[in-house]
Amino acid sequence: MPRLTSDRRHRVRFTLNGRAVEGEAEPRMLLTDFLRHQIGATGTHVGCEHGVCGACTITVDGALTRACLTLAVQVEGCELRTVEGLSPGPDRLSVLQAAFRRNHGLQCGFCTAGILMSLDTFLREHPRPTEDQLRDLLSGHLCRCTGYTPIIRAAMEAAAELAPAHSEDHCDV
Amino acid sequence: MKPAAFDYVRVATQEEALEVLAREGADARVMAGGQSLMAMLNMRLARPRVLIDIMRVAQLDAIDARSDATVIGAGVRQAKLLAWDRLAERIPLVALALPWTGHVQTRSRGTICGSIAHADPSAEMPLCLTALDGHVHLRSRKKRRRVLARDYFTGMMTTARNDDEMIEAVSFPSLRGCGYGFREVARRHGDFAIVACAAIARPDGLRFAVGGVADKPEARDWPLLEGAALDDALNTFAYELDAGDDVHATARYRRELVRRIGRAVIEEAIACRG
Repeated sequence: MPRLTSDRRHRVRFTLNGRAVEGEAEPRMLLTDFLRHQIGATGTHVGCEHGVCGACTITVDGALTRACLTLAVQVEGCELRTVEGLSPGPDRLSVLQAAFRRNHGLQCGFCTAGILMSLDTFLREHPRPTEDQLRDLLSGHLCRCTGYTPIIRAAMEAAAELAPAHSEDHCDV
Repeated sequence: MKPAAFDYVRVATQEEALEVLAREGADARVMAGGQSLMAMLNMRLARPRVLIDIMRVAQLDAIDARSDATVIGAGVRQAKLLAWDRLAERIPLVALALPWTGHVQTRSRGTICGSIAHADPSAEMPLCLTALDGHVHLRSRKKRRRVLARDYFTGMMTTARNDDEMIEAVSFPSLRGCGYGFREVARRHGDFAIVACAAIARPDGLRFAVGGVADKPEARDWPLLEGAALDDALNTFAYELDAGDDVHATARYRRELVRRIGRAVIEEAIACRG
């Protein structure tokens, strides 16, 4: 069994938004810090650092994950998606991101990266969500700007736009 | 908000984890989904010398529907149990309570056994295990033992687990002909409960359990009470829980919640028993 000692940094390799990445981390290094400081992927935000605010939410092997409650060394060999992976190309927005912009689903934007990851993941599994389901999902995020209503509106709009595509093949638009 | 330094061991089998525990004892902590322990590490409320990651041990990721109980392995995530198509039939109380445990984003990582190991007095899974008289399956390198929930939880985040033991599973007994109720009050859905209540209506009596008030989940067995007799029993229990004031709620408010939510969940349990 591999024992990664506390006194030095260890190589960590995983896939980030479809691209193989690697870096070095002490066992205690949080995945949030690893993504931001070692990889330079600063789209994932750091809020409360104890799993409450949801700003750092990403997916690991398809499952929603608080990056602040995850060690970098835990995701060795895993597939990660972060907010940087949402847009279909440079200067383009995903359907969900565009709906956020139209509906003022963000103001300061601090919580947005995590909320987008939750909604993007949820809408793939639930192409026709109810507003109640979305409110339950958003209980895992704190937003102090919007009052959540514009976020719900954006998500419902995006779901309506995405539903045919999702029900066919679960692919990106 | 960064953990203190520790060694990290990713074990491939449960035996490897037990070996490290036998050697390191209280200096080691087992981590499953990490949704409680990582927060404790970040706040440095826990400072283990060795962290044992058991989430790649395939044998622990199993739900076993036996004739007398449902046994849930240490690697089973809350989201997996919630999505299990037999949950409502096998453990109806857990089917009611699990949606209240954390959020979609934490249930996707957190495990059932991890919540039992953490033993937060306001957490839902310890409350359900206590209400149902379930067992915690502990294992060290030398022996296995099963501990009844009410003997396992000994106080605020303290348990009967020995330093060289890990939880390998928990088991929820199968009951027949019962009705169930569960409700809680929290500041935000998914946060820790200010008061959580679980009720089981058996053909011959009531079982009622409360989390979030005492330093561990507490349960009582009553005959089939109604009306003023039920109010009296709830009121006595509310005082016996010895509630305290804190930033979230006063003791008086907590007692009121026990009386009101308690009555509601008991009525729900009786109604759904049919």
